[in-house]
Amino acid sequence: MKLSSEQVAAIATLSRINLDKAETEKTRAYLSEMLDSFEKLEAVNTNGIPPTIQPSTLMDVLKEDAIKPSMSQEDVFNNAPKSDNGYFKVKVVLE
Amino acid sequence: MLDGKQLTISEAHKLLKDKQVSSVELTKAYIERTEKLEPQIKAVVTLTADLALQQAQKADKMISAGNCTPLTGIPMMVKDNICTKDIKTTCSSKMLENFVPPYSATVIEKLEAQGMVMLAKTNMDEFAMGSSTEKSAFHLTHNPWGLNRVPGGSSGGSAAAVAAGEAVYTLGSDTGGSIRQPAGFCGVTGLKPTYGRVSRYGLAAFASSLDQIGSLTRNVTDAAHVLNAIAGFDDNDSTSSAIDVPDYTKCLTGDIKGLRIGIPQEYFTDELESDVAAAVKTSAAKLEAMGAIIDWDLSMPNTRYALDVYRIISSAEASANLACYDGVKYGFSYQDTDDMWEVIEKSRGMGFGSEVKMRIMLGTYLLSAGQYEKYYLKAQKVRTLICEDFAKAFAKYDLLITPTTPTVPFKIGEKSEDPAKMAFADILTVPVNLAGVPAISVPCGFVGGLPVGLQIIGKQFDEETVLKTAYAYEQATDWHQQRPNI
Repeated sequence: MKLSSEQVAAIATLSRINLDKAETEKTRAYLSEMLDSFEKLEAVNTNGIPPTIQPSTLMDVLKEDAIKPSMSQEDVFNNAPKSDNGYFKVKVVLE
Repeated sequence: MLDGKQLTISEAHKLLKDKQVSSVELTKAYIERTEKLEPQIKAVVTLTADLALQQAQKADKMISAGNCTPLTGIPMMVKDNICTKDIKTTCSSKMLENFVPPYSATVIEKLEAQGMVMLAKTNMDEFAMGSSTEKSAFHLTHNPWGLNRVPGGSSGGSAAAVAAGEAVYTLGSDTGGSIRQPAGFCGVTGLKPTYGRVSRYGLAAFASSLDQIGSLTRNVTDAAHVLNAIAGFDDNDSTSSAIDVPDYTKCLTGDIKGLRIGIPQEYFTDELESDVAAAVKTSAAKLEAMGAIIDWDLSMPNTRYALDVYRIISSAEASANLACYDGVKYGFSYQDTDDMWEVIEKSRGMGFGSEVKMRIMLGTYLLSAGQYEKYYLKAQKVRTLICEDFAKAFAKYDLLITPTTPTVPFKIGEKSEDPAKMAFADILTVPVNLAGVPAISVPCGFVGGLPVGLQIIGKQFDEETVLKTAYAYEQATDWHQQRPNI
């Protein structure tokens, strides 16, 4: 399936990825090739076949709601580009 | 004594226990060898020599106190997508170039408790997306068997380091073959345990229903030692299993009489290099001569869909997992703007490499309204059929054997610009991840001086039969003892 550059730009926006023109073209070719390849799955009869979400047989794993030591706030914020007084700092969200 | 520095875990452990060498001495020797070889191999992203020497001192104390396991004081390396507290964990991405994890992965904590000595973090395809380690944002890694060849990927640094004798063993991760394929390409032993056998806590997630941590080692006994240390339930990973962890070295008897082994025809496609197919068939004949019962006619008809199912599921899961990289909490952050969205979009646009961005966008599209049922849900259903192929096969056989890769290691640059050609390198390994079963790659020959891998696939949580058979094969051959000339 051939995707247009506009469709790729829309997917980039959904993915929150800034793309330049060359990357948009490369991605368009890649996505189109992949989608073509996926067409062959359409021929597989999956009527009444349940989906496999993950391969283990574990179900509804719960754990006790116990308080345990966690990472220090200082350690965590060491990786933050910008933080202030125990908060991650971002650009203005609401004017 | 340490001249060759190509020790196995068992050999190094014996030297340490018999006090013929200290862990500090052993560690210094490996650091020296790594520093000497790295300009050629480039398996390493971050060398942690000072930390290794501190850990070695601690290990020596444990050994003196008689408190040691086979892994105590053994110099090793860790793939750079496994979190190590206070040590940079980059996923070979510009996005995480300066990321210092505030915690360690469970596997690291388990190994630390046994006196781990970590020499380095190893190179990989960015965020484990790739099959050649050419997609690292930092540098290429070279195959010790042919420096103009790729080491495979994504755990290419971990495989090359073991093959070159820079580390006694390494940890890797395997989402679609990322341990077994580089193990095959580098002539070492690579074990991907059952999904859930080893905790994924602290492994930077790529595709959560496929990812699994495992080992790259010089031989099968070493793989059993590492699995003994890292397997088991973890409260921090709800997909880890509470099934008992046996002593995996106990099953290494060499006796495989009566074992039923199936060889799925669909893995011997036209694209398979004939010399690779021949090496695997010779290996099967060897196992037969040792008393295994081989069926050459097994059919697993849905194998042909595995690569596409894998691409859909892994990209979809990756698009969700990698949404956390937003330039706000950690990782690369573009700040030269006042617009919040621009921070996120440019941080991701500039921080991720091209392969990662394309896979995120593919996954985003596949999960978007109108496409979800057609692609993602459909792939999950076909995944069920692939799992059923395995279930049917394992009702009849104890194990399956296949080649690990369709070709020997290819040349650097040969496939790097063609994602479809590159993905072909994983065509024989991805079905295993879809079904969540364990598999090992062991060396089974050479073609033109380059290693060939034999893949042995077992039932879920039956690593013992996989290891037992791999061990018996290894005892009857000397492929694993070959060393590259570097």
